[in-house]
Amino acid sequence: MKKWKYLTMTAVLGSALALGACGGGNETKDNNGSSNTGGNKTEQTENEDKLQGSVAGDGSSTVAPIVEAVVEEYAGAQPDVKVSVGVSGTGGGFEKFIAGETDFSNASRNIKDEEKQKLEEAGVEYTELQIAYDGLSVVIHPDNDWATDLTVDQLKKLWIEDGTEKKWSDIDPSWPDEKVVFYSPGTDSGTYDYFDEVILDGEDLVKSATLSEDDNMLVQGVAGDKNAIGFFGYAYYLENKDKLGIVKVDGVEPNADTIESQEYTPLSRPLFTYVKNDAMKENEAAYDFMHYLLENAGDMAGAVGYVSLPEEQYKEELAKLEALK
Amino acid sequence: MRYMDEALVTKRMSKRLAYNKLWRTIFFIATSFALITLAILLYRVVTQGAGYLNWEFLTNFASRFPAKAGIKAALIGSLWLMAVVAPVSIILGVGTAIYLEEYAKKNKINDFIRMNISNLAGVPSIVFGLLGLTIFVRTFGFGKSILAAGLTMSLLILPVIIVAAQEAIRAVPNDQREASYGMGATKWQTIIRVVLPAAIPGILTGSILALSRAIGETAPLVVIGIPVILQFLPTSVFSEFTALPMQIYDWAKRPQEEFQYVAAAGIIVLMTVLIIMNSIAVFIRNKFQKRY
Repeated sequence: MKKWKYLTMTAVLGSALALGACGGGNETKDNNGSSNTGGNKTEQTENEDKLQGSVAGDGSSTVAPIVEAVVEEYAGAQPDVKVSVGVSGTGGGFEKFIAGETDFSNASRNIKDEEKQKLEEAGVEYTELQIAYDGLSVVIHPDNDWATDLTVDQLKKLWIEDGTEKKWSDIDPSWPDEKVVFYSPGTDSGTYDYFDEVILDGEDLVKSATLSEDDNMLVQGVAGDKNAIGFFGYAYYLENKDKLGIVKVDGVEPNADTIESQEYTPLSRPLFTYVKNDAMKENEAAYDFMHYLLENAGDMAGAVGYVSLPEEQYKEELAKLEALK
Repeated sequence: MRYMDEALVTKRMSKRLAYNKLWRTIFFIATSFALITLAILLYRVVTQGAGYLNWEFLTNFASRFPAKAGIKAALIGSLWLMAVVAPVSIILGVGTAIYLEEYAKKNKINDFIRMNISNLAGVPSIVFGLLGLTIFVRTFGFGKSILAAGLTMSLLILPVIIVAAQEAIRAVPNDQREASYGMGATKWQTIIRVVLPAAIPGILTGSILALSRAIGETAPLVVIGIPVILQFLPTSVFSEFTALPMQIYDWAKRPQEEFQYVAAAGIIVLMTVLIIMNSIAVFIRNKFQKRY
């Protein structure tokens, strides 16, 4: 019987400890509970520049590496500001932005009209800020020596859903009479939306395409099939250059120069973050973080495989942010 | 007189032995298939991740440099999550099981409840995530906190705990209850002093296995929108946090190849936590099991 007593005691003590932790949580609710609404007040001591408070963001997985780098650096500058950023995809991020759960939302495409409308209904005023460029890269198998330079029209003809089975020879009779295997990012991603908009004019993407939210799966898919074609952010191409072939679009190959100069068009795209105006006004920490983000996004973008905006552009974006305060 | 036709037996014996051997081989292949897959998986994860696994990995926050990336926030976050999930799910689960086994009368309504608890165990975890997002995150306004995620996870594993606890309580022989009543004990005294102590090994084993499932679940956390990029530790159950599977998933999606290895190191940490939990379950089962 002793064993039982001992065991029950341990169980009771264990849950008491765990419950104690919960009880402790209640007392500090005022500090942290309000962080969920995003509009919490920050305390700033007069003498020091150290801020306190919390900032919440969510959104595109394409933008995430830049933001992660900035958050990492910012933790050194302002250790008491709690920045948390989710990676729910551009669409998923906006959903949380509309629900008022986040102070900023990262996006790899412009905000859609329906999202604008919902934000209006929810009474959320926002401002669009550009933070970097990405060159959406169309890739093929390295042994594919025919489709290395495609025009936008050819891309459209290839990727559009028209009910037929796509073969390379449909585009150019001199190309192999083989089925094309398509790889595309998932429908929740801004990358998919952007490609769909600029290449397919919003029409349906070919149904036989393999969709994946994980871009590494796309890399593996394209690298493993001679007849494959796919597209994703420039960073994924850069890291897998040896395994993939790149497609020039209208004769231009994506690289840091052609993306920044917008010569690589229409697939070089700006990356955005949308900030909630109220949060910038009321939450000192949120404003400070966004300021820091814009000041450092250029360097960080380069470090993680993206392309920074021209210097003047960052100044413009900073001015937009400063006007909100 | 002979009872066996030896010639016939010898003739059939080789056939029967061959038949037996055939099935033995098939069952052995079936067993080794699972084991070999597991071994390959473990080998790959360990060879990829071992190089990144060191003390810094456990004590650093996530970083854009693979060599500096650490799992501190996720590990501590997962432990906080368990601190909410364990008491909530065990108290509710065992309570439900006691009611259903000891108090509830056998009628249609209770049969319906029992059946639905079993059905609930088969609901995909992403559905629980949606439920958690609507109820705990938005309606109750807990936000993307440990509390909201913990309650969602508790709901997810509750059916498993209830079923395990029911089985354990049912396994306590009726003689024991009757003996207790015979000594003049009340129903409550019988449950708390006779039935529960006898059932605790089964209940705890089931509960720990259910908790192991909760610590490895990703889908509900993704739906709730748990952040992955953060550089602070939770201070209360209302804090935002990140968890091991979220962090591993995020690393695995990165373009840089080194992050695949960092993800593997994260998997080793998660597996270590899981193995520790499962060992505790096995220990409890072996040490405290009583046979009647």
